[in-house]
Amino acid sequence: MINETLLMNGYGIYVWSAFAFTLLSFVTLYAVIKIQYVKEKNKFIAKFGALNSERAAFAKLQSINKEILSNTSSI
Amino acid sequence: MLKIFEPNKIFTVTSKAPKYVLALFIVILTIGLTEALILSPEDYKQSHSVRIMYVHVPAAWISLGIFSAITFLSLIGYIFKIQNFFLISKSLAPSGLVFNIIALVTGSIWGKPTWGTWWAWDARITSMLILALFYILYLVAWRIYDNKDKAFKITTIITILGIVNVPIIKYSVDWWNTLHQPASINILSKSSIHISMLFPLSIMTAAFALFSLLIFLMKYNTELIKIKNKGLDRL
Repeated sequence: MINETLLMNGYGIYVWSAFAFTLLSFVTLYAVIKIQYVKEKNKFIAKFGALNSERAAFAKLQSINKEILSNTSSI
Repeated sequence: MLKIFEPNKIFTVTSKAPKYVLALFIVILTIGLTEALILSPEDYKQSHSVRIMYVHVPAAWISLGIFSAITFLSLIGYIFKIQNFFLISKSLAPSGLVFNIIALVTGSIWGKPTWGTWWAWDARITSMLILALFYILYLVAWRIYDNKDKAFKITTIITILGIVNVPIIKYSVDWWNTLHQPASINILSKSSIHISMLFPLSIMTAAFALFSLLIFLMKYNTELIKIKNKGLDRL
């Protein structure tokens, strides 16, 4: 049974490599987009931290800024 | 009415959605892989190589669907000056390109045992390659042009030129004598695919659609934060 699933009458190498390529593409794309997301978020947090209290209070009026700073927006 | 498309309002939802989409994607993909690799039967002609169809076909469908959506959103965004539509289009493109590449590579892997060659300059395959080039052009245009209005204009032109290729891809197997087989699934007429193969194909299509939604949400959130970063600079 296991041998049949792996070898697939000689087609196993083609089938498994097609599925492996697909899953590898998924993982790579997910990792690249996640890295970009974390980088932008960290940049935002650093910039927000550098604001003086008056500007920070003004920026916090926008709900999206509060959302980015909160942990709920993590993936 | 268009206020519901405002990024500030959307972000509340899009920032929380990815983790749920990711969980659902893993569940659906696990079911799909079990069906596609173990439970579904082999084909009487193609034997086990038919299983490649379960990744090749959904990838091709989704890459075509995403390009069509990008064109529609870019065009509407350009006509009605809705910036958020461009942001959505830009966020859809990376998964569209990756699905296009998956369709080309898995098609090539399927071609070797079936046709005896990794590649043929067949109408369907060549037109899919052209679509990949349009995706690359589209993504490169966003990187090249810093000026927002110019980027909107150029990317819209690229999508309009590229969309001409979409019906060519769809009907290439009917218009020309191609190596690629004709469509087995038809919405308007009876499909020639058996239910035992249609089921895993549908599950895998759902899984791939969820993955593109996940990538879209993550990329869209990244783009919004990028805009907000620029906003902080102006404070």
